[in-house]
Amino acid sequence: MSVIFVNVVLLLFLVITALAINQQRNLFAAVMMSGIYSLICASLFVCLDAVDVAFTEAAVGAGIATILFLGTLAVTSYEEKRVVKVHFTSLFLVFICGGLLIYGLSDIPAFGEHSNPVQTYLADAYVNTSFEVIGVPNLVTSVLASFRGFDTLGETTVIFTAGISVLMLLGRGKPKGQSVVQEEIK
Amino acid sequence: MEHHLVLQIVSRILIPLIMLFALYVQFHGDYGPGGGFQAGVIFAVGFILYGLIYGVDRLRKVIYPALLRIMAAFGVLLYAGVGVAGMLNGGEFLNYSVLSTDAVAGQHLGILLIEAGVGITVASTMTILFYVFARP
Repeated sequence: MSVIFVNVVLLLFLVITALAINQQRNLFAAVMMSGIYSLICASLFVCLDAVDVAFTEAAVGAGIATILFLGTLAVTSYEEKRVVKVHFTSLFLVFICGGLLIYGLSDIPAFGEHSNPVQTYLADAYVNTSFEVIGVPNLVTSVLASFRGFDTLGETTVIFTAGISVLMLLGRGKPKGQSVVQEEIK
Repeated sequence: MEHHLVLQIVSRILIPLIMLFALYVQFHGDYGPGGGFQAGVIFAVGFILYGLIYGVDRLRKVIYPALLRIMAAFGVLLYAGVGVAGMLNGGEFLNYSVLSTDAVAGQHLGILLIEAGVGITVASTMTILFYVFARP
């Protein structure tokens, strides 16, 4: 019962933060609130017993991403441009996509159900054989690094590729013009 | 940030602890929550904190951007290399059991090495990203 209460409160905070980010015109405040959003997400993952995921979310989402956003703000502007016009075509497309996603949800097995494909043999096999075959107490590590080692190789390559792409796009030499913010300070 | 004396002193105490905690998370990943991804990010945070407080130019002297690029590639190569080592020892790609005479010991060795590869790549990539976005 208390777990449900905590989950409801956290999800409520999550929705409120998301709406507040959407309403915010000051980008600095929006970045700070996206950090709060990540922190609430991390708390939710702890409630779902996914401590490893919560750890990553807190370190990457609330930590590094916030710093990178702030670095981006320093070279652009702190205020979002006000857009008054409403694009009805975009709104229509958003509703269509959202409707399709909700329609697709009806086909997904219920959360935590015993008859879900993942619970019928795969999870059992991992839980029962992990300690004999791999001998690592943390089941997450044995699944991530050994049973699913190929996936993790892919993930590492994705991170490497992302770093290389950012270097190719932004990493060459110094910026030519001074940014708006720096000129205002001068 | 030249006049922030409190920040400078506190960060000077904190940065070694952050890096020590990153190493703990890296090598304790087999026993508790953690692993290469988290440890890499925490290790990079040590460098980023130094860069935020002492300036990016001083950070460039501490860790060279060219070295970071090599390290990022080396991590992925180490991971894939462990996989190839498994093939050379007569197993499948990324089968760690054949890395040692004892299958479980081989798994331990393989996991330790690939987690190290993940940690090196993640830490270097995060620091590279900070360098790119924190241009003066």
